[in-house]
Amino acid sequence: MTVLLEGEEAPAEADTSHPLVIETHGLTKRFRSGQVAVDHIDLEVERGAVYGFLGPNGSGKTTTIRMLLGLIRPTEGTVRLLDDPMPQRAAQALPKVGALVEGPAFHPYLSGWSNLERLDRMDETADPRTHQERLEKALARVGLSAASGKKFRQYSLGMKQRLGIAAALLQPRELLILDEPTNGLDPQGTREVRNLIRELSADGLTVLVSSHLLAEVEQVCTHVGIMSVGRLVVQGTLEDLRRGGETTITVTTSKPDAARATLVKLGLSDVTVGQDEVHAPLGDVTPESVTIALVEAGVPVRGLAATRPALEDLFVDITGEGFDVAR
Amino acid sequence: MSLAEMPVGLAAVPRRQRGALARQLRSELRLVFGRRRNLILLGALGAIPLAIGIAVKVSPPGGQGDGGPMFLNRITDSGLFLVLTALFITLNLFLPVVVGIIAADTVAGEAQIGTLRYLLGVPVRRGRLLVVKGAGIAAYAFAAVATIAIVAAIAGISLFGAGSFTLLGGQTVSVGEGLLRILGVSTYVWLSLSGLLAVGLLISTLTEVPMGAMAGTLGFAVLSLVLDSIPSLHAIQPGLISHYWQSFGTLIRVGPDYAALGKHLLLQVVYVAIAGGLAWARFSDADVTS
Repeated sequence: MTVLLEGEEAPAEADTSHPLVIETHGLTKRFRSGQVAVDHIDLEVERGAVYGFLGPNGSGKTTTIRMLLGLIRPTEGTVRLLDDPMPQRAAQALPKVGALVEGPAFHPYLSGWSNLERLDRMDETADPRTHQERLEKALARVGLSAASGKKFRQYSLGMKQRLGIAAALLQPRELLILDEPTNGLDPQGTREVRNLIRELSADGLTVLVSSHLLAEVEQVCTHVGIMSVGRLVVQGTLEDLRRGGETTITVTTSKPDAARATLVKLGLSDVTVGQDEVHAPLGDVTPESVTIALVEAGVPVRGLAATRPALEDLFVDITGEGFDVAR
Repeated sequence: MSLAEMPVGLAAVPRRQRGALARQLRSELRLVFGRRRNLILLGALGAIPLAIGIAVKVSPPGGQGDGGPMFLNRITDSGLFLVLTALFITLNLFLPVVVGIIAADTVAGEAQIGTLRYLLGVPVRRGRLLVVKGAGIAAYAFAAVATIAIVAAIAGISLFGAGSFTLLGGQTVSVGEGLLRILGVSTYVWLSLSGLLAVGLLISTLTEVPMGAMAGTLGFAVLSLVLDSIPSLHAIQPGLISHYWQSFGTLIRVGPDYAALGKHLLLQVVYVAIAGGLAWARFSDADVTS
């Protein structure tokens, strides 16, 4: 199975001319306080990817995103956004980028419509002839058409979030950067955002979606980068990351000592014995050969399971803490 | 719609559209004048000449002479003098306060509610944003001066009649010329505020707290007024932003001192250039963390 997956991957790497939509080298931000928020990261987002940008709160995700968008100047390192160096060519790159940064922000006393109108009118590249139509489409896409006349102040948290996404979709984009797009959304809203990301990705957009909740984005991501204390500690396809975790075999038996002896004989190390269970990392040994060996040794087996660690556990291992701070 | 059917990177290369600056300016004006607080402030400014007019009507000031610096006892001769009195009174306090509030809102206000990061992400180029914001406060200052002048003119004429408009120096001119001169005074007062507008814009780029920016701008104006009133500081006084604010009175003299007015407007240009330059230097490179 492993071999097959690696074989599948090879052609996918070879086809595009500008393979990287976001590319940073040694990107670093040291704030005046001396705090290093982002520490030499090399972020690489391929065209067409849905890149899950993960990490606990305060790990430097938002600061990185602000540097990608030219809001913050890097202390060191470079950013290329859609092949344009940032922040120098922000005026060329940013019209092709829709972004939601650190939550939606709009004028509270203006309606949802007026707020979008404001952003669209301030956009030098926005065609005034299609103004109305684009606003209607963006609002419809996030299901806010009916509430567009309401003041932003009166919006629920979820509606505010959706208006933020609508603003990011006012123009045709090549890249969407969504910073914590599911913050404040109920499970239904979270699912809608995930579906929206899937649709947009199917339309050919590249999406970078940040979250401190792995579970909320795991299902839509093709790639993952994990930040921890300002460093990008892991980056790659979700598949690679999944494979990175070691499979554990668990044998449920009434004779754990006999089972243990069999596993050791097979060459497994770190075998732990529980009440009526034996665990060991599988390594190169297949679950099938373990089954055969146990049967041949006459060990009474009640259950046998080869499990990969949940992605969540991997993240906790990597970042040293849970993603959901509230949990 | 499958991925295979869609050309990747399908978004057309975005081009700048014609008339973009005009749309941006209109949007800024709608933002400034669409805000209820800003309209209430205009209403409050309009109430000032109304109050003065009623006070003068109820208890007319006695005495002769040219009416003193506030033109108060000339109002009963011609209601148009109410415009001058109202501008004289508001220029030292109310107008700087209002200008400070609006200027503070420009960048600091957008930073505080977070809309600044979205404007820059649109993207609006930073220099362009400063220009648009500057134009927005200039337009508001114009509306503020116009409100005072128009309300004062209407109230003055309806309470006291246009009467005879006597210039400082004794010559009586037609109501038409009186109106023209008052138009000149109002324009001069508006332009007099431009330096303070630029200072307000600069201070607004330094903070994310509009209240702080407002206090800073007002503090700057008050400091200038205070320094201008200390006789021993006469050496630096011609450089103070408020030094010539009250010199609009010369426009209703028989022979106006245009040289003095020109000097003052030049001083405002210098303030706009320095404060605007500093605002650009600060804002073009600033980290937007709000």
